[in-house]
Amino acid sequence: MKFIKLIGLTAGASIALASVALAQDIPVAVASSMTGSESAFGRQFKNGAELAVADINAAGGLLNKKLALQVGDDACDPKQARSIAEKFASARIPFVAGHYCSSSSIPASEAYADGNVLQISPGSTNPLFTERKLANVLRVCGRDDQQGFVAGEYIAKNYKGKNIAILNDKTTYGKGLADETRKALNKAGVTEKMFESYNKGDKDFNAIVSRLKRDNIDLVYVGGYHQEAGLIVRQMRDQGLKTVLMAGDAINDKEFASITGPAAEGTLFTFGPDPRNKPTAKAIVDRFKAKNIDPEGYTLYTYAAFQVWSQAVAKAGTTDTKKVMDTIKAGEWDTVLGKLAFDAKGDIKAIDYVVYKWDAKGDYAELKQ
Amino acid sequence: MDYFAQQLINGLVLGSIYGLIAIGYTMVYGIVGMINFAHGDIFMIGGFIALITFLILVSIGLTAVPVILLLVLLVSMAITSLYGWTIERIAYRPLRHSFRLAPMLSAIGMSFVLTNFSQVAQGARVKPVPPIITGGYTLHEGADGFAVRLSNIQIIVVITTIVLLALFTWLVARTRLGRDMRACEQDQTMASLLGVDVDRTISMTFVIGAALAAVAGMMYLLYYGLVDFFMGFVAGIKAFTAAVLGGIGSLPGAMLGGLLIGLIETLWAAYFSTEYKDVAAFSILIVVLIFLPTGLLGRPEVEKV
Repeated sequence: MKFIKLIGLTAGASIALASVALAQDIPVAVASSMTGSESAFGRQFKNGAELAVADINAAGGLLNKKLALQVGDDACDPKQARSIAEKFASARIPFVAGHYCSSSSIPASEAYADGNVLQISPGSTNPLFTERKLANVLRVCGRDDQQGFVAGEYIAKNYKGKNIAILNDKTTYGKGLADETRKALNKAGVTEKMFESYNKGDKDFNAIVSRLKRDNIDLVYVGGYHQEAGLIVRQMRDQGLKTVLMAGDAINDKEFASITGPAAEGTLFTFGPDPRNKPTAKAIVDRFKAKNIDPEGYTLYTYAAFQVWSQAVAKAGTTDTKKVMDTIKAGEWDTVLGKLAFDAKGDIKAIDYVVYKWDAKGDYAELKQ
Repeated sequence: MDYFAQQLINGLVLGSIYGLIAIGYTMVYGIVGMINFAHGDIFMIGGFIALITFLILVSIGLTAVPVILLLVLLVSMAITSLYGWTIERIAYRPLRHSFRLAPMLSAIGMSFVLTNFSQVAQGARVKPVPPIITGGYTLHEGADGFAVRLSNIQIIVVITTIVLLALFTWLVARTRLGRDMRACEQDQTMASLLGVDVDRTISMTFVIGAALAAVAGMMYLLYYGLVDFFMGFVAGIKAFTAAVLGGIGSLPGAMLGGLLIGLIETLWAAYFSTEYKDVAAFSILIVVLIFLPTGLLGRPEVEKV
């Protein structure tokens, strides 16, 4: 009797579990550096993902189910990124928008590939990310070889005959970008006077700033993240240097200006044409503003990553990674960033980087060339 | 030459901050004979309290910079000392007569507690402040156009360090508390037999160490313009190295060690490559310890009978 009761209980329990599973939402995830020195960009990712998921759900969800967003924090640490990726893969999450740091996206993508998870990075620009013939990776941002080319061209054109220094922080992103910029610069016939590296996390750059001063450097290009770049600017001005700092997409957050103060004025960086000004983004930007969020940097890129995936899933009628991927690569997708189409590697076709300039008020604007 | 002078200034300022933190390590070691691994995090807490006080003072409309700085300094020292005292009370005192490694493990645990506490309480983001003290002097302008600059904040860091070092050297050498501390350093049992309140003296040592770490935290905030919950780790390791290099247990040794580490790092970055500046600093530490196992100014430990 007792035995039968137990069977009944077990059967009941498993039916209950099954019905939970049936009514379950589709889990999706955003992974980025939510904590640590790059957390400003983690916040951009999270803001973009939250609004995207809310909008998709408000429009009736996907395949008659709601999306449930999970947030992963890699703290810009490759080991942590890999373990989050494995966690998401084993939870059978079909789609992850992430990560930010290239040194996180690259190791994570291998775990996603093993677990059959589709990964769209909104902000990892290192070329290697899409160069490894993985069938599950895409990105909606540009690549550092293109970004470095634009930076190199700009420097060669505007700083011909001046002294150039290139610094990098030895990370996958920073070193990669610095190398690409140097390549483009040398090709354009300009040789840098100094090529040095520092440690990500350093706070004291006075020694290197004095070297810049000794060598009369007019422009220093930094392949690195915003905290270190901000400190370099600050310490340059403290030592009385007028040297212009130029960096990549990683200083595109207001936090950069809060580190430097008014010293940010004149600092240059490369980024895609401001997505906030695109006509396709107008409605979404207003919704962010209503929530008191400035959708700067990679916020709209993250939103776009969700748009691409959800439209492709709706068209393919499944969340299966391979089918969705084929659909994405075959089509063209309407996003807040405009129409996006992808090449076989997973990079977007038609990428353009432009140069921006920070002003003394802690704002930046596209530089009219 | 101008270039060397500029790098010397850079190194001395960095070294002063290391030195201020190193004093806390060395004092605690001198008296209790343990490495207080949570000291780097006390420094971080000091930085955060300075930041919070600063923001409060600015938001209530105070604008006079010297007044703000003084108040920030006092509040930060007071509250951080309270942290130092509490940590000693709950994490070290109950273990004082336990086996030798126990308080050290407890210190490592405390370090995690403080790091995670500030991560949860203050958020994991970097907290920047706009430059508060700006301006400076051009000391010398060479023929090649290289100007040696000394910024106001660098002057403040160095002067604060010198004043505090003088104050605490006097405190240890001349006051009643200092005499008690030196007595406890030599023999705690004998000191207590002669009427020295050992517990109180040890508590005061932690309080003083924490107060100095708070000053270092505030200087760090002013000089670099940001604090984060993780900054105690690297700074703590460097300061600990400085204390060992100078001879752990010796007050002037800690300062000397701090200055040396700061100078080695800076000069290495200035004349060789920034990549290996930490390697250079730690290699010199190893070389010094091979030839002078007790550090530069340390006394060999005498076995008491």
